[in-house]
Amino acid sequence: MRFSGSADYVSTEDLTLAVNAAITLQRPLLVKGEPGTGKTMLAVQVAKALGVPLLEWHIKSTTKAQQGLYEYDAVSRLRDSQLGDQRVHDIHNYIVKGMLWQAFSRDEPCVLLIDEVDKADIEFPNDLLRELDRMEFYVYETRELVQAKQRPIVFITSNNEKELPDAFLRRCFFHYIRFPDKETMEKIVAVHFPKLKKALLREAMEVFFEVREVPGLKKKPSTSELLDWLKLLLAEDISPEALRSNDRKTIIPPLHGALLKNEQDVHLFERLVFMTRAKGG
Amino acid sequence: MLIDFFLKLKSHKLPVSIKEYLTLLEAMGKGLIGPSVDEFYYLSRIALVKDEANFDKFDRAFSEFWQGVETIPGIEAQVPLEWLLKQVELTLSEEEKKQIQALGGWDKLMETLKQRLEEQKGRHQGGSKWIGTGGTSPFGAYGYNPEGIRIGQDKGRNRSAVKVWDQREYQNLDDSVELGTRNIKVALRRLRRFARDGAPEEFDLDTTINQTARKAYLDIHMRPERHNTVKVLMLMDIGGTMDDHVKLAEELFSAAKTEFKHLEFFYFHNCLYDFVWKDNRRRHAERTRTWDLLHKYGHDYKVIFVGDATMSPYEILQPGGSIEYFNEEPGAVWVKRVAEVYSKCVWLNPEPEEIWGYRQSIQVMKELMNGRMYPTTLAGLERAMRVLSK
Repeated sequence: MRFSGSADYVSTEDLTLAVNAAITLQRPLLVKGEPGTGKTMLAVQVAKALGVPLLEWHIKSTTKAQQGLYEYDAVSRLRDSQLGDQRVHDIHNYIVKGMLWQAFSRDEPCVLLIDEVDKADIEFPNDLLRELDRMEFYVYETRELVQAKQRPIVFITSNNEKELPDAFLRRCFFHYIRFPDKETMEKIVAVHFPKLKKALLREAMEVFFEVREVPGLKKKPSTSELLDWLKLLLAEDISPEALRSNDRKTIIPPLHGALLKNEQDVHLFERLVFMTRAKGG
Repeated sequence: MLIDFFLKLKSHKLPVSIKEYLTLLEAMGKGLIGPSVDEFYYLSRIALVKDEANFDKFDRAFSEFWQGVETIPGIEAQVPLEWLLKQVELTLSEEEKKQIQALGGWDKLMETLKQRLEEQKGRHQGGSKWIGTGGTSPFGAYGYNPEGIRIGQDKGRNRSAVKVWDQREYQNLDDSVELGTRNIKVALRRLRRFARDGAPEEFDLDTTINQTARKAYLDIHMRPERHNTVKVLMLMDIGGTMDDHVKLAEELFSAAKTEFKHLEFFYFHNCLYDFVWKDNRRRHAERTRTWDLLHKYGHDYKVIFVGDATMSPYEILQPGGSIEYFNEEPGAVWVKRVAEVYSKCVWLNPEPEEIWGYRQSIQVMKELMNGRMYPTTLAGLERAMRVLSK
């Protein structure tokens, strides 16, 4: 199995190598990067390109590592015992399989996405060390050892909100998705909007990279914001001329709300535009 | 050979472990990469470096290592020529191409270059650098070849092997330099600690079932709700020498505001004296006595001073040292008081750490804070937060 990008996802050389290293050596791949650079999409696209199923485990601040393995549903068992249900005698009826177990019990390989691992409690990654390393865990209630039939391809994404423990990092491959350069960005846009007019794209990209360079922005627009913005430009049928100006610094690009998500950033941006305009006039 | 590489990374203070090194070897053993330095660079980075803050360090170590390398079996044979070919193609001007024609065509030239490369290797045993930087080899990024054809270092290296790590793209992810709002947030988040504290309010289902099963009668358990219990008192220097650092202070302010439930803010000027204030424009009208501050906020508050501590030492040590009014007690007494009441107390200083030693007032202040003064780099913030959250 080898990944080499897909029709809907532009993968750089180093990213492709990272994915293939994870597939070949069967180690988890930890992906970090600016928000909106396609960390989560990577797992989706790899699964699609390899033609294997994708299991997603989204992490919240309350998620426990145990929930990914299994949960023992004591409440239903208590209820069933009072109703005299026969199911109550078999504990297996009350073990709810988590995402990891589901991935381990598959006969064919699959892609497992552990999304936003940094959202969880600080102990979360530590609790998954053995599970991710040896791909096995022990179920205390039924006294059985669950081992992966086929080691799943594991992708873990992080937004860097918490530092991950060294022991955890040592077991993963690591890739940092950099913000794409202009060339890569054009490829990405072409994948998403194949019918986009050349002229509009060129103007839009100019504006986009200029906005990114405005000093002091709290949140710079990223790939996903650009794609949203282009979608809006297309929907509103904005002509390339509207984006073009002799001195681009003196106009506010249409629908800029899609690029700047922060009120302060919008203010800052508008102020800068007005200042240049005042100076020019 | 690769052990040297591993040790080189170690000597650059990269946190690499033997397990990761073995993983790298395993990956190479499985034929994951071809004999290209570029791919080896990517693979080794994927396997060995687990934090983008260390990418820059890694790039430097890698570059240093490869400059010293003479032979890597398998790689040495293929890479240079292919790489070189690209170089020459990209940077040759029309005239130079004509020159080549005069020399007997492209193939002949390449043949000569190849020969020269081998000769050079023979002559400078152990000393000559591999094709690359430095200029002792007949061709490469920073040199001239004997025919006078320049193989440029600026143009056309976009896809070449050296560029990737020589460019140091990850420089500003290094945690000892840059500091943006988001970075500060990440660092401050270390402080955010969920603790169960206060009256029990939430029905604890798991414990209830467990206890009921054990005791054979209904035993209801409650537990306190989780909430952020970290309380922070920020005291910020404003005006005067701090003007240079206003932007940084502002970022710290906006980052801090969203991170904590209990956050109190006060300003002072240069050094802490009898009064602090909340609104800088009305600093003379609405002031809070520092005594009140100490009495009002319990000693479980964590105190963060932000200031450059750059002033005349008299302003700290002498009564009446304040430049604004006559203070009866010296600033040092006030700072000491705060440090005594609040056991968790740090000073963040936006001035670079290297110059602290040369400013007497910074030294004095650091001593008053029992050494708990940290620079406002990400690494400094981390250190400060670690002290606060202990």
